[in-house]
Amino acid sequence: MWYRAVAAGSFRRYATYRTATVAGVFTNTVFGFIVAYTYIALWTERPHLGGYGRPEALTFVWTAQALLAASALLYGGGIDELQERIRSGDIAVDLCRPADLQLWWLAADLGRAAFQLIGRGVVPLAVGALCFPLALPGDALTWLTFLFSVALGVVVGFALRYLVALASFWLLDGSGLALISGLACMFFSGMVLPLRAFPGALAEVAQLLPWAAILQVPVDVLIGTRTGGSLLRGLAFQAAWGVALLALGRLVQAAATRKVVVQGG
Amino acid sequence: MTAERLIDVDGVEKVFTVRRKAGRLRRVRHEVRAVDGITFQVPRGEMVAYIGPNGAGKSTTVKMLTGILVPSGGRLRIAGIDPARERTRLARRIGVVFGQRTTLWWDLPLKDSYELVRRMYRVPDAVYRAHFARCAELLDLGPLLDVPVRQLSLGQRMRGDIAAALLHDPEILYLDEPTIGLDVISKAKVREFLREVNAERGTTVLLTTHDLTDIEQLCRRVMVIDHGRLVYDGGLDGLRAAGDGERTLVVDLERELPPIEGVPGARTVKVEGPRQWLAFPAGRSAAPLVAAIAERYPLVDLSVREPDIEEVIAKLYAGDGGRPDRTATAADTP
Repeated sequence: MWYRAVAAGSFRRYATYRTATVAGVFTNTVFGFIVAYTYIALWTERPHLGGYGRPEALTFVWTAQALLAASALLYGGGIDELQERIRSGDIAVDLCRPADLQLWWLAADLGRAAFQLIGRGVVPLAVGALCFPLALPGDALTWLTFLFSVALGVVVGFALRYLVALASFWLLDGSGLALISGLACMFFSGMVLPLRAFPGALAEVAQLLPWAAILQVPVDVLIGTRTGGSLLRGLAFQAAWGVALLALGRLVQAAATRKVVVQGG
Repeated sequence: MTAERLIDVDGVEKVFTVRRKAGRLRRVRHEVRAVDGITFQVPRGEMVAYIGPNGAGKSTTVKMLTGILVPSGGRLRIAGIDPARERTRLARRIGVVFGQRTTLWWDLPLKDSYELVRRMYRVPDAVYRAHFARCAELLDLGPLLDVPVRQLSLGQRMRGDIAAALLHDPEILYLDEPTIGLDVISKAKVREFLREVNAERGTTVLLTTHDLTDIEQLCRRVMVIDHGRLVYDGGLDGLRAAGDGERTLVVDLERELPPIEGVPGARTVKVEGPRQWLAFPAGRSAAPLVAAIAERYPLVDLSVREPDIEEVIAKLYAGDGGRPDRTATAADTP
């Protein structure tokens, strides 16, 4: 598949922003400390909140910081770039290629995520592991399963952002929608608080929404909350949302390219 | 499919529905006919200029030819393919350059974009190497290959974009204002390259431009579009005639004389000392005029000035030409 070349190019592209990467690592690490101490206070008050012990809760914090850029938990993930291409009409160039628009951008997003997982993820998690007692697995298989789950989460996140970006074919300004989508992701992925720690029915519902596939499931895989059948169900849950949202994206894409004006001279 | 109709456009229309504000809440829908029934054919290997004022429908036409926009009416075939239905299949056979947009990878060295083109279009290695070497040579790309695209000048980037559109050896090349914003030297390089490509590979080229030198140097055939309609389709010479253009004969006489009279088909428009200006229709030859003048006047020197193509086109745009029955067609249309 030549789309691999797109992913590789995207990886190299993000690698050229060295200063931004260093600044991002610094920010993620600082925030990791702030949130970690907040969680320590919370778990001292409410031990076993959401079924997590303190080491598991802290692992949640540092994994979230490590995945913040790769899984685009708050913002980013190239959504503004695609929106801008649609708004300015540059999308016309993309449509002239013998390529599927969605696969092209998915490949580019996987390349981006791969770089950001390494460039932005490794250091914060290592710092967290050095400074706090984390519940990290000792066996390679769990780590590999975790990476696989992260990849599925990235696909789900991409599929959601792609839908939001496609709305720019109809909306003149998609930045409001992007903001709402970012906030929804922050809240429902478990970035603010693990979804299992949500009260009552909200926890149940939040764990069924697609955002749960982006952070909650991968972290549960890492800290060993999900094993055996629960692990398989978690991965299947991610895969199902990924397939469904990508399929929806294809429908919207077909409608967009058929009906809508490619803007600008 | 015959070579005669590589690009076959038959009565193609594009209508956009626009909502306009009418009062506080009311929106009125109304139709904008961006392209209003255009018909033309381009045979293989031809180089055609497609010109018109801003908003005339040039880019809309190019977008329909590439399959990005679906026509509202009419029939469109490129190399036998319906562009809107089989956009990706068609994309392998055409090259597109939008002068104001880039297909290159902004943050990466230029050569990375070419490597992607090679893999995306599955260009065989030998073919790729040959085309790449030729493009790099003609467009002076050698020193630019390792430079990130964002650091290239506009002229360098444009050369890079044109090469990217040709590496897979497309049958048809669409160029949407390829020389816009370029300096004189870059323009000359781009034109020379396009001429070479057309001559060497027989690539069919459709070019939209506001630069009339592009047309004069590259295209024997010109199509003029205005208000979504084709108002002229023919040779460059015919365009001058179609715009009621006049050629000017400038004669230097031995001495100051009264305005020249009695030369059929010409009238003296200006006298300045021994120099006189005579206007005559663009379609006519200057030879009989020169003979008639030389017979009766002491002629020292002469020159013929062609009508300014820019003026001619401005006249075409301004006129209410555009109804299909008024479409001007030159006699020498190929």
